[in-house]
Amino acid sequence: MTTTAGDRLVAYDELLTRYEPVIGLETHVELGTASKMFCGCATTFGAEPNTQTCPVCLGLPGSLPVANAAAIEATVRIGLALGCRIASWCRFARKNYFYPDIPKGFQTSQYDEPLCTAGHLDVEVDGETYRVEIERVHLEEDTGKNLHVGGATGRIHGADHSLVDYNRAGIPLVEIVTRPIPGTGAKAPEVARAYVTELRDILLALGVSEVRMEQGNLRSDVNTSLAPIGDLEWGTRTETKNVNSLRSVERAVRFEMRRQAAVLDAGRRVLQETRHFHEDTGTTSAGRSKEEATDYRYFPEPDLVPISPDPEWVEKLAAALPELPAARRARLRQEWGLSPTEMSWIANAGALGLVDETVAAGATPGDARKWWLGELARRANDAGVELAGLAISPRQVAELTRLVAEGTVNDQLARQALDGVLAGEGDPAQVVQARGLAVMGESDELVAAVEAAIAGAPDVVEKVRGGKVQALGALVGAVMKATRGKADAATVRRMLEQRVL
Amino acid sequence: MSTLSRDELAHLARLARLAVTDEELDLFAGQLSVVLDAVARVGEAPVDDVAPTTHAVPMTNVTRPDVVRPSLPRDVVLAGAPAAEDDRFRVPRILGEEA
Repeated sequence: MTTTAGDRLVAYDELLTRYEPVIGLETHVELGTASKMFCGCATTFGAEPNTQTCPVCLGLPGSLPVANAAAIEATVRIGLALGCRIASWCRFARKNYFYPDIPKGFQTSQYDEPLCTAGHLDVEVDGETYRVEIERVHLEEDTGKNLHVGGATGRIHGADHSLVDYNRAGIPLVEIVTRPIPGTGAKAPEVARAYVTELRDILLALGVSEVRMEQGNLRSDVNTSLAPIGDLEWGTRTETKNVNSLRSVERAVRFEMRRQAAVLDAGRRVLQETRHFHEDTGTTSAGRSKEEATDYRYFPEPDLVPISPDPEWVEKLAAALPELPAARRARLRQEWGLSPTEMSWIANAGALGLVDETVAAGATPGDARKWWLGELARRANDAGVELAGLAISPRQVAELTRLVAEGTVNDQLARQALDGVLAGEGDPAQVVQARGLAVMGESDELVAAVEAAIAGAPDVVEKVRGGKVQALGALVGAVMKATRGKADAATVRRMLEQRVL
Repeated sequence: MSTLSRDELAHLARLARLAVTDEELDLFAGQLSVVLDAVARVGEAPVDDVAPTTHAVPMTNVTRPDVVRPSLPRDVVLAGAPAAEDDRFRVPRILGEEA
């Protein structure tokens, strides 16, 4: 095995002066169906091992698969959302290979007749749009899960034996394959990440998968090749398997570019191989060398009849597609009156849905954006969580902005109210009441504080009456100090003016 | 005339995880070439006016609704396994197994 320790790397900026990358992505999405692709076994994540299997998904002799109608519908909808042509007729195929996580000795997949072909997805990086051509979207089944025993780290290398759980085997899996993506240059890692992000958001909008990357619902194989600038031919690509976070997609491309540049600089050839990505170090290491496609000995699956989507049904599905993320962004940007840059800040912060829901709950777009991208983004960052992971709902944020707009609290008190909400003390209004955070109206206490300030600074009062109105600020400050910030500064100023001028 | 070389046969045997001796390679390469020739004669049939047969069963779109049905009890599932451990199928070392 090649170890990562010995990999020489070229600095990223330097390699860009000599090489250009071509990337490509194969993304696997576990559909969120209740039952498996070809049998009625449940698909519940985290179930006890081998409690969701049957003769079909275990590949026992004599068992016969029947395709899940919901999985076919979901795949067609994904294809439509990506602008694909939907095949009028297609078949499943057997992909034959031996590995313990496929109980049947083959994976039921699609080969030369995928359900959807020739689509595209536009992604935006730093204000520039990159068109990613989609080659195909096909339907297959997931594999079981191996647990390696006896190795030092639970890895396959050095393991004594392995234990297999077939609960996942047979869960519907959609594979989305891009065509090679040239012309991204220095932005290749970010384009790869933006593509997977946009794809994830589309799948979420379609409601076809939970797309939890940490649970393996969405996994990307990242292809990277490098060629000298100006070369007519693309370089040899490597395929980094099962990269399962957005950040890792970006890091995997960047690392492979740096590694391959060093290989090419040394006058050697990049090997066509699969590589494994290591989350901890951000590096890749060599896996098995790529088997030839013909080694899988694909042939049409005789146990399943062809799929022939009815054109009218496909048209109906197309008409019923939900608003997709790009269209939604464009609409909201217009509704909120934001520039593309401002909009991209919201999107990049993962706050689009949150801001939208906060506006829907009654906040102004400006207030919603200010809180989510300001104070709340800071809290999320401090706590090391995503914005959506904060213990506050869009409705509560909207309530907070209303309390500020009504003058019940000022910004500083609102931040204290936020502390209370995040600490689980209830809704903002409850916290304001319980913690006594409301700004003072013209209460006796405030009148007393204002009069004390006037009495305590006759020289200032003299200046103000003499025409130096800005000197009033010192009196406002004194009152705010006396009330420990709970007074509303505008109210205090008005009260002072009434008494002094 | 189709012929199957010894190398092609060795490759196929490896993909199918079959151990084949040198003598068997010679024997089977010859025999399988004869089989391939016999099957190749199908290609000589006049089929210009025959629609391609795409599947043995003239049906499409046979599906089931997305409804969960009971799975097998785990003890029954694992009873059929050559070895089991921790409620899972136990398999020999994966890497290093390939010849």
